[in-house]
Amino acid sequence: MNVPDYFIPLVVALPLLGAFLTPLVSRLSGKARNAFVVIVLGVNGILIGLLASDILTNGIRTYVFGATDLSLPVVRILFEVDAMSVFMALIAAILSFVGVLYSLSFMKEYSGLDKFYTLVLLMTAGMLGMMLTGDLFNFFVFLEITSIASCALIAFWTHKGESVEAAFKYIIISAIGALFILFAIALLYGQYNALNMAVLANSIQYTFLDKIALVILIAALAMKAGLVPMHMWLPDSYGSAPAPVTLILIGTTQASLYGAFRVIFTVYGGVFSDTAFASNVIGAFLVILALATMLIGVIMALRQSNLKRMIAYVAVAEIGYMVLGIGVRLNAALYNEVTQTVVWHPYTTTALQGSILHIMNDALTIGLLFLVAGSIYYATKKISVDQLGGLARKMKYTTVFFVIGLLAAAGMPPLNGFVSKLLIYESTYQLNPIIAIVAILASIMILAVFVKVFHAIFLGPEQESLKTVKEVPKPMLIAMGVIVCIILFFGLFPEFVITNIVEPATTAILNHTQYIGAVLGGV
Amino acid sequence: MIYNIPYLAVVALVLIGLYALLFKRNLIKMVIGVTLIESGVNLFLITLGYRENSIAPIYTGSPGGIMSLPVPQALTLTSIVIGVAVLALMLSLVIHIYRHYGTLDVRKIRRLKE
Repeated sequence: MNVPDYFIPLVVALPLLGAFLTPLVSRLSGKARNAFVVIVLGVNGILIGLLASDILTNGIRTYVFGATDLSLPVVRILFEVDAMSVFMALIAAILSFVGVLYSLSFMKEYSGLDKFYTLVLLMTAGMLGMMLTGDLFNFFVFLEITSIASCALIAFWTHKGESVEAAFKYIIISAIGALFILFAIALLYGQYNALNMAVLANSIQYTFLDKIALVILIAALAMKAGLVPMHMWLPDSYGSAPAPVTLILIGTTQASLYGAFRVIFTVYGGVFSDTAFASNVIGAFLVILALATMLIGVIMALRQSNLKRMIAYVAVAEIGYMVLGIGVRLNAALYNEVTQTVVWHPYTTTALQGSILHIMNDALTIGLLFLVAGSIYYATKKISVDQLGGLARKMKYTTVFFVIGLLAAAGMPPLNGFVSKLLIYESTYQLNPIIAIVAILASIMILAVFVKVFHAIFLGPEQESLKTVKEVPKPMLIAMGVIVCIILFFGLFPEFVITNIVEPATTAILNHTQYIGAVLGGV
Repeated sequence: MIYNIPYLAVVALVLIGLYALLFKRNLIKMVIGVTLIESGVNLFLITLGYRENSIAPIYTGSPGGIMSLPVPQALTLTSIVIGVAVLALMLSLVIHIYRHYGTLDVRKIRRLKE
């Protein structure tokens, strides 16, 4: 289906406009505001769906601000949308919609909700902007919008010291990360007089300064994505934020990860197709960090007694799987002496496909687990595993959702986590068996973590203090149900998802010449 | 050599900011560290846009000669505005932390376990 050009900026503009209209609408009534926010995000989701169907059939699209054609693309701000961008935008759309649906009941008893929904919409706008933009400075601006909004949301429960403490950690990490990204952007700008990713990718020379910029960009984006050893902020902020905010926060960390994909495979894509050494070194580094992330994430998760912090550490471990694909792809590059080009084994593409599919799966499964943790908190007002027990009798649906979430997170067939993890295992095995062994080990440990928790929380005798617990209200069940339906669909029809969404996204992210050509025309 | 002084200032500002973040125990000083890094990056952007004897890029009635590209200035302005927002948010969080914990010492603000 063909959509008009203005759909591309509209996807970001709609939540942005909605954000600033929310306080006005909430003057009418709380119900009007809730309906308004749900409608804005629902319509936005439909727009993203239409845009995705267009991009996936017709290929890359650009939108230039302040011009009807692509004249002077070097100095204009533009949005460039390829299959990878819409893939990420779909995740953002699902997460923000479900998060708001869940908040309708979850946040009901708190005051200041007009500000809450304003910030949620701002965060969504920033996240989508990061995913659709084709300009590095624009990326920085949207990154800061997202950081500021999500920091304010982490600190939303200001009556709790923990929330404010976690938010302060988060804003310090975000500010440093964003400033170093800006520094790297300035390094690139100083050499090539361009901020546009396609123009930069076209003219990059891989000078000494470019190497510094690349390292700073990868390090800062990995910090924002929560890669070990820069993960310390992630369990704190995921654990202290309200559950729906945590759900959308997963989207923001993945937007940073998308930034890393874009920088490595598009801006520096030409460099890595010319020299194998650079990509081998960076790839090895990323593989080691990814393996460390998995192991440290699950080992720390085993030690936690707070349910949300435990899931947050598992979320750290899952980030490792996504970065592993990038690392394997870069590390397995071989320089062919005869043709003087870099060649990749087909398995590296499979690894990248596994990583990209895992971005979606992680958002869904970890998001579902956080929502279940939020439901348990909502029903019992307790979050420590030691104080809970025997909830399966009281909360039937929540129990079922938790089981599905834990099996999906541990990569059990026939759920979605199995598909992406199998792709990662079978491809990384060919680079080095140890990588696959560590990845499988981490998955088994995730299962161990959650089976223990499941037994402690849902099974066992009924506790005296939990006699009055009731099932959570319908909007929360519907929100979790939506995610469960998508998880089941992804698990039962993996072929459909991989051929229609993941393969185009992988092809798009690897094809940097096409990305350049869409802006500069037939390069 | 004289043209390198701004770049040296950039490095100095960023390093002092990082030092404050890593070794200072007071939250306000850490916030100052972040703003120092921000100033360093802003100075870097502005320095990149500088050309000797250049004029502002206004085409009507221009006396001729080199014009400096306005993009770095625009970037710096945007960055300053974002920096103000981040600074305000950080300071308001510091106020909240002081209310809850009664201290600004990072060693005592440790309710979130490892």
